Amino acid sequence: MSPKPGQVDRAGLVHAMSDIFEGLKAAFWLLVALDRDLVEITLRSLQVSLSALVIASAIGLPFGTWLAIRRFRHRRTAIAVMNALMGLPPVVVGLVVYMLFSRTGPFGVFGLLFTPAAMIIAQVIIITPLIASIAHQSMRELWADYHDLLISLNTGHWQRIRTLMWDGRRALLTASLAGFGRAIGEVGAIMIVGGNIDHATRVLTTAIALETGKGDFALALGLGCVLIGLAIVVNLAIHRLSRTERDGRW
Amino acid sequence: MVDTILPLVLTGAVAKRRGKRLIGPIDAEIGPVGFTIVMGPNGSGKTTLLRLMHGLQRLAEGTVDWQGTQIDVQKRQAYVFQNPIMLRRSVKENLSYPLSLRGVSKSSATKTVNDWAGRIHLDRALEQDAMMLSGGEKQKLALARALIQKPDVLFLDEPCANLDGRATREIEELLLETSRAGTRIVMATHDMGQARRLATDVMFMLQGNLHEFGAAKQFFAQPETPQARAFLNGDIIE
Amino acid sequence: MMRIVLSAILLVFAWGSASRAEQMKLAVTTSFHNSGLADILLPAILRDTGLDVQLLVVGTGQALRLGRAGDVDAILVHSRADEVEFVARGYGTYRREIMYNDFVFVGPASDPAAIGAAKNATQVMHALALAKLPFVSRGDDSGTHKKELSLWRAAGLDHTEFGAWYRAVGAGMGAALNTGSAMNAYLLSDRASWQNFRNKGDLAILSAGDPALINQYAYIPVNPDLHGHIKANRAARLEIWLTSDSAKTLINDYKISGMTMFTFNARSAD
Repeated sequence: MSPKPGQVDRAGLVHAMSDIFEGLKAAFWLLVALDRDLVEITLRSLQVSLSALVIASAIGLPFGTWLAIRRFRHRRTAIAVMNALMGLPPVVVGLVVYMLFSRTGPFGVFGLLFTPAAMIIAQVIIITPLIASIAHQSMRELWADYHDLLISLNTGHWQRIRTLMWDGRRALLTASLAGFGRAIGEVGAIMIVGGNIDHATRVLTTAIALETGKGDFALALGLGCVLIGLAIVVNLAIHRLSRTERDGRW
Repeated sequence: MVDTILPLVLTGAVAKRRGKRLIGPIDAEIGPVGFTIVMGPNGSGKTTLLRLMHGLQRLAEGTVDWQGTQIDVQKRQAYVFQNPIMLRRSVKENLSYPLSLRGVSKSSATKTVNDWAGRIHLDRALEQDAMMLSGGEKQKLALARALIQKPDVLFLDEPCANLDGRATREIEELLLETSRAGTRIVMATHDMGQARRLATDVMFMLQGNLHEFGAAKQFFAQPETPQARAFLNGDIIE
Repeated sequence: MMRIVLSAILLVFAWGSASRAEQMKLAVTTSFHNSGLADILLPAILRDTGLDVQLLVVGTGQALRLGRAGDVDAILVHSRADEVEFVARGYGTYRREIMYNDFVFVGPASDPAAIGAAKNATQVMHALALAKLPFVSRGDDSGTHKKELSLWRAAGLDHTEFGAWYRAVGAGMGAALNTGSAMNAYLLSDRASWQNFRNKGDLAILSAGDPALINQYAYIPVNPDLHGHIKANRAARLEIWLTSDSAKTLINDYKISGMTMFTFNARSAD
């Protein structure tokens, strides 16, 4: 029974603490044993989210930059829509992608439903507005700095976009990593379009949902630790690769 | 390609912001040779005039006519801003940027870039981040980045306003050299001494109008209007 | 940049279509999957038939929809009336019963509603409605949910008129059990899911055994005449295996904590 108000539920607290401890222990053993299934779903998580990241960045970064430098009639509307799309509920995206790629849907013939490709498509839809929006924010500031110079140097639109993207690459990296963070931790959409099929479309987040459903909180929490660790490792690795730590600025 | 994009002819040229007149109507002709100094009190429209001629400020009424095709005209002028705009790149990359825009290959750009870095005494700072330079170094770099394009016409908007004496002298020497080599220079300045040292002719702006425009000797010795005389005497005019 | 993107896309599709064994997709209910029996059956199926059966674990309602849309090759569900209708409408070729287990009433071990004393399911429903203590309903159109609704109906009760104590969570069996465990509530669960559930807390089985609580699983191949891409041949091979003696042994011998979970009862097709 639930404790009376003002009274500490010691038994419950101890229970919860031991669950968390069991979770950390489970994570530790999963890692030490390098469990084959764990390696598989971790790699799939990485593959799906990194693919979505590359595609969404290839669309979102130039688009955000283009929005920053280009003046056109419905620009404000476009920006407002893009910012609103940042908050797209993943479940809705999942449902729409599901209906589009179901055998009875318009793209059913490709047979992509319940494959990693469908999961990537859903995640691209979820994170592209986020990446474009963050890119737009920082590119707008840089464009305010560069505006006069680049006009004076008689640059074309494409040259301006390239210059801004290159000189603002650290900010764009941050935009991309924000997108990756959303993708790797996303469960609603990929559960629907991927189906959480063992050895085919199961990733860390859907596995966590599954274990939670089985009431195996320790294992679910252990997988959660792996997920968080993975996100940190990827962030560090990308920063290292792009050598943003080299000089002190930013 | 024509030999020169000059003369530049302004006819009834007006610039506006949100329907309000900024400068003009202005009628003037900038001939093929000379070092023109634009003078006038704060807010008289010096910067707007330079930006209008260069194409950074939209023309509301009248015409601004260069000789030659538009692409050619745009490629053959350069502009140096009062607060130097540095690309967030190294000194070397700032210098090579205008060359890369014109499709000059990296290897053939290197020698030109090194020459210019030497001329502005930044040859040992080639790899340094341009944002980290001092104010004087930044402005020298901005000037070199403009000159590396070998412009026919160079506009400068108070390039020495925030600089100390030594940096100012270096920039002036570079400008005189450039002028002697045949580049047409149009420069706004507040510094009366600098104007006297450099000008071959003077545009005197007042309240958005081109109040006087003539040879420098004539202007400094015998200004035509009482306002110009007052300005030269150091009186406060508006 | 474009080259990176293109190669990334190619990589993904190459990986997505990389075939291992012969694949087929089977929609199953959460209650079946939570039982853990799939982990025993799937490797045996792969070994005996070379079929790599990919499970989509969903509620019965969604499983039927997946079959109707042709997104899976066959379904394994437990809601007889829906299955019959599914076949009658031509979405499936026929239904074949495979095995059964049973539903159990779970609740606080102290049993404040005293359903433990009830002689049958109808009495349990009356006791629950009388006590008005928290009851968690799946509320997700699943086979378990439909069974629960039919039990209320059989007892002459209308669940839509219940007060706040009747909580439809709209979630799978595991999530519903987690909710029930946290609220110390009564609920209806299939025995296998319950037995495999790791977060029981204060809950225990309080009532079971009424024949009305039998949970029959049936296998329905999706109609290949409606969808050309359906792997009817593989679905047929899976059916042969599911009704074979090796399946019988594995299903009947499957135990959780020493308790038998399923009873094999495949007969000829209806």
